[in-house]
Amino acid sequence: MSIKIANISKFYKKVKALENISFEVKPGELFGLIGPDGAGKTTLFRILTTLLIPNEGIASVVGFDVVKDYKSIRNSVGYMPGRFSLYQDLTVEENLDFFATIFGTTVEENYDLIKDIYVQIEPFKNRRAGKLSGGMKQKLALCCALIHKPKVLFLDEPTTGVDPVSRKEFWEMLKRLQQKDITILVSTPYMDEAALCDRIALIQDGKILEIDTPKAIVKHYPKPIYNVSANNMYLLINCLNEFESNHSVYPFGEFVHYTDSRSDFNPTELETYLESKNLLNIKIEKTVATIEDTFMELAK
Amino acid sequence: MKRFIGFIKKEFYHIFRDRRSLFILFGMPIAQILLFGFAITNEINNVDIAILDHSKDATTKEIINKISASKYFSINQFIEKEKDIEIVFKKGKVKAVLNFEKDFSKNLIKENNANIQVITDATDPNTANTISNYVNAILQNYLKEQNKGVVQAYKIIPQTHMVYNPELKSVYMFVPGVMTIILMLVSAMMTSISITKEKELGTMEILLVSPLKPFQVIIGKVFPYIFLSIINAIIIIVLSIFIFKMPVQGSLILLGLESILFIITALALGILISTISATQQTAMMISLMGLMLPVILLSGFIFPITSMPLPLQVISNIIPAKWFIIIIKGIMLKGVGLEFIWKETLILLGMTVFFIGLSVKKYKIRLE
Repeated sequence: MSIKIANISKFYKKVKALENISFEVKPGELFGLIGPDGAGKTTLFRILTTLLIPNEGIASVVGFDVVKDYKSIRNSVGYMPGRFSLYQDLTVEENLDFFATIFGTTVEENYDLIKDIYVQIEPFKNRRAGKLSGGMKQKLALCCALIHKPKVLFLDEPTTGVDPVSRKEFWEMLKRLQQKDITILVSTPYMDEAALCDRIALIQDGKILEIDTPKAIVKHYPKPIYNVSANNMYLLINCLNEFESNHSVYPFGEFVHYTDSRSDFNPTELETYLESKNLLNIKIEKTVATIEDTFMELAK
Repeated sequence: MKRFIGFIKKEFYHIFRDRRSLFILFGMPIAQILLFGFAITNEINNVDIAILDHSKDATTKEIINKISASKYFSINQFIEKEKDIEIVFKKGKVKAVLNFEKDFSKNLIKENNANIQVITDATDPNTANTISNYVNAILQNYLKEQNKGVVQAYKIIPQTHMVYNPELKSVYMFVPGVMTIILMLVSAMMTSISITKEKELGTMEILLVSPLKPFQVIIGKVFPYIFLSIINAIIIIVLSIFIFKMPVQGSLILLGLESILFIITALALGILISTISATQQTAMMISLMGLMLPVILLSGFIFPITSMPLPLQVISNIIPAKWFIIIIKGIMLKGVGLEFIWKETLILLGMTVFFIGLSVKKYKIRLE
């Protein structure tokens, strides 16, 4: 196993940041940690990268204990913290050189590993890192975390604050890295990115809600789910919330995801109700659950 | 070793790309030494005074000539009435008024006793004191000349002899002090800021999760500042020798070595500060409040330690700057060798070892 986590708990004074977390990540796996802000993702990353000591439980990365063998772990992992943490007053090239040097390697030696990513920022190699756009900063940070060919890569919210196009590119890169036998643990608050992972763990308030492949997690969704739309979104949500037998109502893009508490629910009944509330262009269609729906359901 | 060199290279990039700190690094020593050397001084030169002469005889004229001939005073105006004394003071034109009594010469010859009133503007007490001392000295001098050959029953003539700084130039006193302040500030504040900067910007997190060892990070951070501080020390010494004609009586090599020792003491303090502060601002405040003030007030740089209340005298012993000032004053002004300052050197060395030990112990290998 690349990463083994057993019964890890972490407290900050009275706040429980992590509560009895256990899971394993297989070598070469792209594992996603999905959860909202404050769920404990960063704390878990810091424990695994030996920056924090857990209060309870044990964890190991590539066979090394995170507390006892912290030096060995620091030699063999790549870490990209949530906040942009490169030297803003150094150029792209200088940053990369610096990280290569402190890990005892050179940019040339592992160039093929970062090549796909680096070519995109190479035109700006003489620009100071602080002057890069958000997406480019993340690409540079990924290059710096990769330059020493780590066995495990820890990426803490690498796409937060990055535009959708760069986000997509970033995930394509992760997929390619995975083929080079690098185990990747990535965290994100974006549910749509979860589908791109091999396996995901849904985490909230320091607890793991579920661990499985994205497909299996969606399948576990217990109820039929409906896309509802009408001419007035605001009124629609209010009306659905007032509807007696509703189970969940979540706005989802141009639709509202609706589930009913009864098993013998008939959509026409809902349609009549909404018409009575003067809503027009009402559409109700059955749809498949997404990871977000699952998360909301589990987090209830 | 390659890692270490890479780290130092990065540090130099930081320093040279941050114009503001570069300006502080090299602009401040020059500005401070010039300021202290020229502007802040205890000496008096060409002080404007006024004369109120009620007697206007040969003796008073001679005394007035003597006073105006000295480089310390220049006679701004003669006034006629007692009332005018306050007026000239209020106008702020003069710092002192000499008031000769009526029949000055007559009284001196007849009664062996004549009165002259020295009125000084004591809004600045130090200057007022100095003025009255200088006037006194000129008068005594005059009397001595007049009494030549006259046998007096008893007489004590103190023969004052000022050594090490015979001209009493205050710049001689300030240079060691300013050098101490600058080295302290550059070394301690700059290193503490540069280490906390890594913490604040989150780069420390990456440095921790890397094979770099704590001592490599610390030494890498400190090394550029040792180098820059030595350059600073050289600038200060060169400035004081060439602009203020300050003599360096003792060995320049010893002075250099002692300076390096003090630089390392200050750097160790800087590291210690960085281990207890989370942001650059805290580091700066601690450096300024915790280091600068004691250096200025308690090191004996401006206020003599012997005239402090006992508790402060005791506290002054734990201030490294005190010992360094004793050392460089000894080398620069008295020309002493190591045999006279080994005790102070040893104390400084001990403090350095203590601070380094403490900061290594306090250095965090994790985030908490």
